Amino acid sequence: MRRGSEEATSVKRRMAEDGRDESVAADDDSQHTAEDGRNGLNNTMVEESPTLLRRMEICVAEAEKRSGKNAVNMQETFTVYLIETRPMDALAEGRNPAPDSLWRRYSEFELLRNYLLVSFPYIVVPPLPEKRAEFVWHKLSADNMDPDFVERRRVGLENFLLRVASHPVLSNDKILHHFLTEEHSWKEVVYETGFQAKADSRLKALSATFRVRNPDKRFMDMKHYSDELQSHTSQLLRARARVADRLYGVYKVHGNYGRVFSEWSAIEREMGDGLQSAGHHMDAYAASIDDILEEEEHYADQLKEYLFYAEALRAVCRKHELTQFELEMATQDLISKKQQHEELSTGIVRTFSFKGMTNKLFGQEAPEQREARLKLLEELIEEGEEAVKDKTVECEEHVEKAWVDVQRFKEQKDKDLREALINYAVMQVSMCKKGIQMWSNAKECFLKM
Amino acid sequence: MSFSLEVLGSRLTWTWRRRTTWRSTARTPPSQTGGPSSPSSPSSMMNQYREEEEEELFITVDHPESHVTAIETFITYRVVTKTSRSDFDCSEFEVRRRYQDFLWLRSTLEERHPTLIVHPLPEKFVMKGMVERFNDDFIETRRRALQRFLDKIRDHPLLRGSPSLNVFLTAQDLAPHRKQTLSLLSRWGGTVKMLSQSLRGVRSRPEEFSLMQDYVEQLSSKICSVDKVSQRIVREQREYVEELQQYSAPYKTQSCTRHLSSTLIPVLHDYLLCADTLKAVMKRRDNIQAEYESKREAMERRGDQEGEEEEEEEVQALQEKVEVCNSSLQEDWSRWRSSMRTDLKTALLSTAENNVQHYEKCLAVWETFLLSQREEGSEQKEEDVP
Repeated sequence: MRRGSEEATSVKRRMAEDGRDESVAADDDSQHTAEDGRNGLNNTMVEESPTLLRRMEICVAEAEKRSGKNAVNMQETFTVYLIETRPMDALAEGRNPAPDSLWRRYSEFELLRNYLLVSFPYIVVPPLPEKRAEFVWHKLSADNMDPDFVERRRVGLENFLLRVASHPVLSNDKILHHFLTEEHSWKEVVYETGFQAKADSRLKALSATFRVRNPDKRFMDMKHYSDELQSHTSQLLRARARVADRLYGVYKVHGNYGRVFSEWSAIEREMGDGLQSAGHHMDAYAASIDDILEEEEHYADQLKEYLFYAEALRAVCRKHELTQFELEMATQDLISKKQQHEELSTGIVRTFSFKGMTNKLFGQEAPEQREARLKLLEELIEEGEEAVKDKTVECEEHVEKAWVDVQRFKEQKDKDLREALINYAVMQVSMCKKGIQMWSNAKECFLKM
Repeated sequence: MSFSLEVLGSRLTWTWRRRTTWRSTARTPPSQTGGPSSPSSPSSMMNQYREEEEEELFITVDHPESHVTAIETFITYRVVTKTSRSDFDCSEFEVRRRYQDFLWLRSTLEERHPTLIVHPLPEKFVMKGMVERFNDDFIETRRRALQRFLDKIRDHPLLRGSPSLNVFLTAQDLAPHRKQTLSLLSRWGGTVKMLSQSLRGVRSRPEEFSLMQDYVEQLSSKICSVDKVSQRIVREQREYVEELQQYSAPYKTQSCTRHLSSTLIPVLHDYLLCADTLKAVMKRRDNIQAEYESKREAMERRGDQEGEEEEEEEVQALQEKVEVCNSSLQEDWSRWRSSMRTDLKTALLSTAENNVQHYEKCLAVWETFLLSQREEGSEQKEEDVP
């Protein structure tokens, strides 16, 4: 319980810094551009890590509204985002070539992510920014076309790309490359991989979750943890939205002081100047909340990223449950086939079987039939053994690779959340200082009254 | 200042008693800084003068208590007086007073000084949101308002020497005095009736009083706005704190809300009530002028007839009365304005200061947190580097 809330509070820190930079993911080995306000240390780390990001600078530069016909041939408006890429070596050499660019809409990002989810079920795949605005407080609109929302989504999409491109496994994927470089043929290429067929059915996965007998304890703990992370972050986000609403109210009402003091100063001789200037400070105070809450929104976004990451983590755990369950089923199946074989060959019935019953009732079958069935069973047993072998391999591989990625994810998360919390605190400090400044100014004005 | 007081004193038929000797040290004033050496030396004369000017008087209103009788339940407040003034028999008094007694004091003061601005009392009832008249918050707010009322009377250069104040502060039982006033009230009522019969409104109100009237109207509307805004802020802050408490522990913002409610809002409230007082004072001044004008007109109409001299004297007296009232009101008006400025300035300053302190506290919390995080971070970095 405590661990979850610790994570959640440290997220707030990281949010501040990221929000300020605007350029996104504080993943240390993912950091990117020359424009990055932070130090050259990040650049060297980029070069060292064997990821796409080393070779290519990526950013989501702009967003635009477009109209077009959708799948059911109806006119719709949607937003597209400009992805720009530049080769890293050119930048290192000091050249400044024009970036290659293409436009993508949100649904294409979703397609890419679904592909990655299916193709790399042992990886905690970075999440996309939310599809619809949630945890809104009254000032924020829930409209997907709202420019603030679009801007925050642009930042989130860039973050997603940077995380994927800096991932040791994901960054080498061809489809990802295509996504970044081929605007028009990409969709066909993705569909051709046939990934949709490989996707596990939800029903299968759900049934596995309930019926699996011996899942790896570490993954069960991980699942438990991801549940807690999710619940804590969503509580935090909800509470934050309500608090933001109230704080907005408090600040804005002070703006009324501005108006009233101004009117009042008109009828006063000695107090006039003091009241008037105090009124201006009250107006400034009321206006300051807009910037503060906008910045806070960035941190909320970072918290949301980890909310969605929890889902990705859970997906990896579910995949484990599935592979484990399939292994158990295959093993079970093999055992039962072997038993049947034994019964048939020795005539000793160990367990109740329908065949045994019918034999008793209708007499034993003819020897040829028995031979045929034994043969069949032997083949099935062979297949079964292959299946068990394959499933074991699949399961073990998944466990191995997944565990590696989960460790990587944990490290990244701890770092990110810690940074976010620090940066959030920095923002709070600045907000307090501003408050002190404003009220001290107001004091000065009152003194002159 | 003192000259006009003499004039007023003789006209308004009570005397301003000046102390001429410094009382013996047996009656020591509450805050003793140093006594005179001997009564006749020059320095002690100076001391006398200084002491007289200070006229120390300290009044506290506290210890509200509930009294239940067969007929009613009411609250009394303990009023403690410490004084070095000669018009008081002792240097310390303690009495119990209820709200009605304060009302009596105020109306007596208003009668005797119709054109002086007497600070208002808190309202008798507060209708909205208060079911229980004896709610603790209500009692405390009222107690503070009563304290402010007495402080204002004490600070007023003319009212502070009023015998009614003396009686109020010292008499164990106020009842006999209140009965006296009742008869005074009936006499006053009679005068008013007389006035209203001859009243036709004021002919030519001096400009300064018209301006005063306008200003009071505007001021009361502005203060009302400020009050509304403040109340709204209190509400918003309360809701904010409620949400915060569900969110995280380290915030302590209670101080913000309580401060506005206990400092700025009561002061604003007092000055809202003052608006009514001021209007009443100006009405009375107008009436006095109207009385004079109507008498004068009546005299002019009668022309040359008997009884002229008597009438003339009457009219003359009324004219002087008008002049005296005008000048006393003018002076009191500027005293009141300066006092209002001070009060509001203090209250606003205090509000701003409170906010600054609130932010400073929050700042300290966050900076401490940052410091602890950065220490942790740098420790880790040292471990990483082999």
